[in-house]
Amino acid sequence: MALLEVRNLEVRFGLRSGEVKALRDINFSLERGERLGVVGESGAGKSVLGFSILNLLSKPGFIAGGEILFEGKNLANLSPRELRGIRGNRISMIFQDPMMTLNPVLTIGQQMVECLLAHRKISRKDAKRIALQKLKQVYIPSPEKRFDQYPHELSGGMRQRIVIAIGLLMDPDIIIADEPTTALDVTIQAEIMDLMLELCERNNVALMLITHDLGVVSQVTRQAMVMYAGRIIEHGPTREIINDAQHPYTQGLMNALPQMAIPGQRLNQIRGSMPPLQNIPTGCAFNPRCDYAMDICRSTLPEYVRSGGCRVACHMVAQQLAENAAPQTLEVK
Amino acid sequence: MSEQLQTMDAPPSAWQRFRDSHLWHSFTRDRVAQLSLAIFVTYAVLALLAPLIAPYDPYDPAQIDILNAEMPPSWEEGADPAFWLGTDAQGRDLWSTILYGTRVSLTIGLCAVALQALLGIIIGLFAGYSGGRIDSLLMRCADVQLSFSTMMVAIVVLAVFQATFGTELYQNLAMLMLILVIGIAEWPQYARTIRASVLAEKKKEYVDAARVIGLRSPRIMFRHILPNTLSPILVISTVQVANAIIAEASLSFLGLGMPVSQPSLGSLISSGFEYIFSGSWWITVIPGVVLVGLVLVMNLLGDWLRDVLNPKLYKG
Repeated sequence: MALLEVRNLEVRFGLRSGEVKALRDINFSLERGERLGVVGESGAGKSVLGFSILNLLSKPGFIAGGEILFEGKNLANLSPRELRGIRGNRISMIFQDPMMTLNPVLTIGQQMVECLLAHRKISRKDAKRIALQKLKQVYIPSPEKRFDQYPHELSGGMRQRIVIAIGLLMDPDIIIADEPTTALDVTIQAEIMDLMLELCERNNVALMLITHDLGVVSQVTRQAMVMYAGRIIEHGPTREIINDAQHPYTQGLMNALPQMAIPGQRLNQIRGSMPPLQNIPTGCAFNPRCDYAMDICRSTLPEYVRSGGCRVACHMVAQQLAENAAPQTLEVK
Repeated sequence: MSEQLQTMDAPPSAWQRFRDSHLWHSFTRDRVAQLSLAIFVTYAVLALLAPLIAPYDPYDPAQIDILNAEMPPSWEEGADPAFWLGTDAQGRDLWSTILYGTRVSLTIGLCAVALQALLGIIIGLFAGYSGGRIDSLLMRCADVQLSFSTMMVAIVVLAVFQATFGTELYQNLAMLMLILVIGIAEWPQYARTIRASVLAEKKKEYVDAARVIGLRSPRIMFRHILPNTLSPILVISTVQVANAIIAEASLSFLGLGMPVSQPSLGSLISSGFEYIFSGSWWITVIPGVVLVGLVLVMNLLGDWLRDVLNPKLYKG
């Protein structure tokens, strides 16, 4: 059994103008120690996915269907008490902006000790000892001194290290990192990413990396999911997705990378922008922007087809597969 | 040398932090704030040490002699040197009575505001953090409460209490009743201010982070959000203490506050009012000046605090 298995997850937002589907048909699983990249434009539903795994969607959002199985328990219908025992303890989350995720009026030490005391019955002294040890693990120089400092006294990189230390405090099984390096200096980004990988590897922690940086995904993860308008459109081994993208959207993303451009020429881009969730086109959500859009794309939602190690939601890929091979290899999931 | 290094490395003490803070910096520059604080501290010390400082005990009938009634203050003609500020209509030493009265006024002001703050903070935090129906319900309650003026509520409650339970019981419980009435009548001030700050704070990522860690809601409210809303609380507290003291004085003046046997500044002013046209102006005027001074310095301190704590008003 996979450590985390998400089945047919659907998330909706109850807005005044009606209900909006923020996520649909989300299926994936995460094994212990695995690293999964989640890529997509802003608004594709990446962060909503992260929050819904912890069942922490804030108000208009709610889980409308599907299961989030963590060690076989469905997080979507656990009691608040049981959920609290999982949040921060078994699954923790690292946010984008370390300036914002630390409480400005509490010292680093208070915030770390508080987290430990919320989950374990230990003395304050022991909690402090564990916290200092974790600070050492993330290479914070003179942890005793930092322990009593406030977040504003530390640099951005240092703060993100502390956020990571808090994320690792309870030795979780899964870390959901929501664009953990976006707010940092480029030189610090690599450092923080390396640190996270090292710690995940050492503690055998599964990492779900939410980002829009394909470069990071290609270097760091073995599996990747590409999301578009609340749906996974391509999911498979990172290498296959990077080297041989099937879905026109993924291809577009790859071509838009500056590394792919010929010097002196304009950078490639995908024309248009992602549709607002209130107003997702029928059929394939990507059809208005797709160069290969066919009639069927405008009418029918594409099912997933297996192509190599990937599963792709695209009519064109499905047709090509059907033409190239005997129909029985077309495996519809 | 090594010792010096260690002290450099040690985290700054609370006092050191305070010395480095913007609050202290601004305080050292602001003459008005310094003067106000000095006067306020003087008031507080005098009130606190009243039994030690006061030459007479105004609560002890054995020390009061009606023959000493309406003695003018020492700089007037016909004064008795034993009574520095003169005496009131019952022959009590005015200086002692004012000291004790300030004590009563400050106690009522501070306790009433503590009660307001307690109610207001809990209700405001809860409303802001929960949102939705609970929020609407609590805030409508606050609106209804605010639509009755504090004085009206206080007068009705105190008058009904006096009529039902008799004046004697009322006199024993006067201070408690005043604290309760003023405290309960003004909680929406706090609740509204705090709810507004909570609405702004709860959208910040550190609240999400605290929820992700798996903390309980009360803990997030009181430990994470509340400290971040302290500056408006501090500012309204100074103003509210001044307001509560005035409210108490007004009620006492109307005869619904502290009894004449245990006068606050307000009841002292009121008791002298009858004699003002017979020439004994000091019984009313001197406590009046003391009251105005107290309320003025508190308001000045509140103004200063608001300026310091609001970065938008930063005057540089």
